[in-house]
Amino acid sequence: MLEVFVFATLNGLVTGLLLFMLASGLTLIFSMMGVLNFAHASFYMLGAYFAYSISLKTGFWVGLIFAPLLVGVLGAAVERYGLRRVHQSGHVAELVFTFGLAFLIDEAVQFFWGADTKNYRSPDILDFPLFTMFGQEFPAYRGFMIGISVMIFIGLYYVLTKSRVGIIIQAAITHPNTVANLGHNVPLIFMGVFGVGTALAGLAGVIAGPVLTTFPGMALVLGSIVFVIVVIGGLGSLPGALIASLLVGLLQSYAIASDVGMPELLELIGVSFDRNHPLNDLWTLSLPQIAPILPYLLLVLVLIFRPTGLLGKREE
Amino acid sequence: MINLMKLSIKSLAQKKTFTFTALFLSNIFLSSLSNAQEPVRIAFMDPLTGTFASVGNTGLKQLQFAADHLFNEKGGILGGRMIEIVPFDNKQSPTETQIQFRRMVGEKIQIVFQGNSSAVANTLNSTISKHNRRNASQEVLQINYSAVDPILTEDQCSFWHFRFDSHAVMKLDVLTDFIAMNEDIKSVYIIGQDYSFGQVVSDTAIRMLNEKRPDIEIAGNEFHPIGQVKDFTPYVTKIVSSGADAVITGNFGADMVSLARSIIDAGLDAPIYTFYAAYDGITATLGADGKNKIRLVHNESSNPYPTEARKDYVRAFKDANPTYDLTQARVHNALMMVVRAMEETQSTDPYDVATALEDMRFTTLNGDEVWMRGDDHQLFQEIHVSVHTDENIEFDADNSGYGLYSEYRVPAEDTIIESSCKMRRPKR
Repeated sequence: MLEVFVFATLNGLVTGLLLFMLASGLTLIFSMMGVLNFAHASFYMLGAYFAYSISLKTGFWVGLIFAPLLVGVLGAAVERYGLRRVHQSGHVAELVFTFGLAFLIDEAVQFFWGADTKNYRSPDILDFPLFTMFGQEFPAYRGFMIGISVMIFIGLYYVLTKSRVGIIIQAAITHPNTVANLGHNVPLIFMGVFGVGTALAGLAGVIAGPVLTTFPGMALVLGSIVFVIVVIGGLGSLPGALIASLLVGLLQSYAIASDVGMPELLELIGVSFDRNHPLNDLWTLSLPQIAPILPYLLLVLVLIFRPTGLLGKREE
Repeated sequence: MINLMKLSIKSLAQKKTFTFTALFLSNIFLSSLSNAQEPVRIAFMDPLTGTFASVGNTGLKQLQFAADHLFNEKGGILGGRMIEIVPFDNKQSPTETQIQFRRMVGEKIQIVFQGNSSAVANTLNSTISKHNRRNASQEVLQINYSAVDPILTEDQCSFWHFRFDSHAVMKLDVLTDFIAMNEDIKSVYIIGQDYSFGQVVSDTAIRMLNEKRPDIEIAGNEFHPIGQVKDFTPYVTKIVSSGADAVITGNFGADMVSLARSIIDAGLDAPIYTFYAAYDGITATLGADGKNKIRLVHNESSNPYPTEARKDYVRAFKDANPTYDLTQARVHNALMMVVRAMEETQSTDPYDVATALEDMRFTTLNGDEVWMRGDDHQLFQEIHVSVHTDENIEFDADNSGYGLYSEYRVPAEDTIIESSCKMRRPKR
């Protein structure tokens, strides 16, 4: 039992931190521009595909550096030449714009790379078990994923709270006009934040591609869950995004690891049902079976009891 | 510079007159041809976009190639008519399938190939039954080349549905025989997608293993939502801690790759018995890591191919589509049998074709005889268990050097099982 718990925790950490990389960019962009970027997960997918193509020529490590940069530049260009123009027509137009962009990127990926699964591999140097516990191996690559994610969080936190750029960004979130009057180029800051946000999504794609498989549906699988995290954590809150990511990652992981189901729970209160009961499917549901939808349940609960999210401040 | 421009304008003008004449001539030619020879239009309805797009697209390529290579390039069928394959993208969703079905009927297409997802096949089956009851003389025929839920040729069997793949229970019968022969296997873990096919695999595998090897313990029986799991590692953790010697899964597409990758990454050294762990990037992705670990139960004899005719066909396909593989022999088998039924009856009417298909015995490119049982419209053909390896591979998958090598073959006559189908035949 202990082994399952330990590994479930580790797995939850890996997933949670990966989700955080996506959620952090999304929540940053939201707090600045007030727009939910529906195409965020598509940038994540682009990161994986760019890195795959680069890794074919030069190996994994070059891809790790250049793919996120490429995605970031692309993201910045989208903000500069697309979103900024649409911005004048209000938030709805922006939402629709990013929504359409998501479809466009998905189709483009299929057009250029095809619909099949790509053989994007983790580097050979990391192809060993980091440690073996209770007969189970923990791959070094997953340790590497945790390391990168933690570094990103620390770096981001430091830049936003301690550096001059971070102070300007924070000021631009709440008082964009004042910041502009002080002589700062606010549109440039917005473009920068959008670029960095998408680059983070790209980086998540680069390191997730080899383990979660690189295929055209990867944005779809992760897309909705990232929104769930941002809402649970509180729109615009970076620490909130971290807590929510870990919460969702661990929740799913533990739910899968558990063997508890409705029959066991019903037995506790002394109820049992006939196998031919019309609602048999409902009584026999088990926790692992519904694990992937638990975050959505959490979302509903959070929206009911704390609509601002765990650490959200926006109240309108 | 000016000279060059003049020259290019001149050549352009020349080219233009030439194209005009060519167009004019070909127009006359075509119109006279099309008046006499309407193409035979066949719909192909499978996911061409979205999460499962890759499987759908390879299927389409194979049907297209079979139509062109086997018939259109040899002068067509029924005395010179071409086969035209019309793709419909159902995104593997039952709802979208019904919308696309309406479109297809609107275009007056009466034969539809469909294979991916038994849930979709079930929807299509009931939609067609309803449609055919209400629209006599405009019936539609369902050619199921890959959906393997047994119910389609049992309780839900229909005169308008033909299955060219061996269904899940037939395949599991062979697979469990194969597992039962391996004395080293003492416990198995079953994991699958939470929908009709995944449930059938799990229930049947448990039942058959209990009969054939009562000593084998079922270490786990797990379902996960289809196409929703980001990371299979938590599931694999459970598999490893359960101490299972082997894994059985009916997963396909990305769910299959992710699962196999996670199992290999976790260092679990157990054979994985699957239905769909090859092609469409899966073989390349598993590569050396999956060698001698992944096994598939399927109708292909892959390596070695038994006849030169079959090898030539594969080579011709590869020449035409270098980045695709010939993954499903049943696609061209189905088309060849449908065409044979059309030729026999000199008709493209679904009722005539269906009647001719019943109890048809047909020799495939592999040189063996297959049988379409009239009682339930289930095709009987040989079933193989193959291993993912790079040894003795003449025809690889995904151009990766790795491919499937047949380890165990069961001839068609030994795969025949009873059916509970009570078919209602339309009156004509």
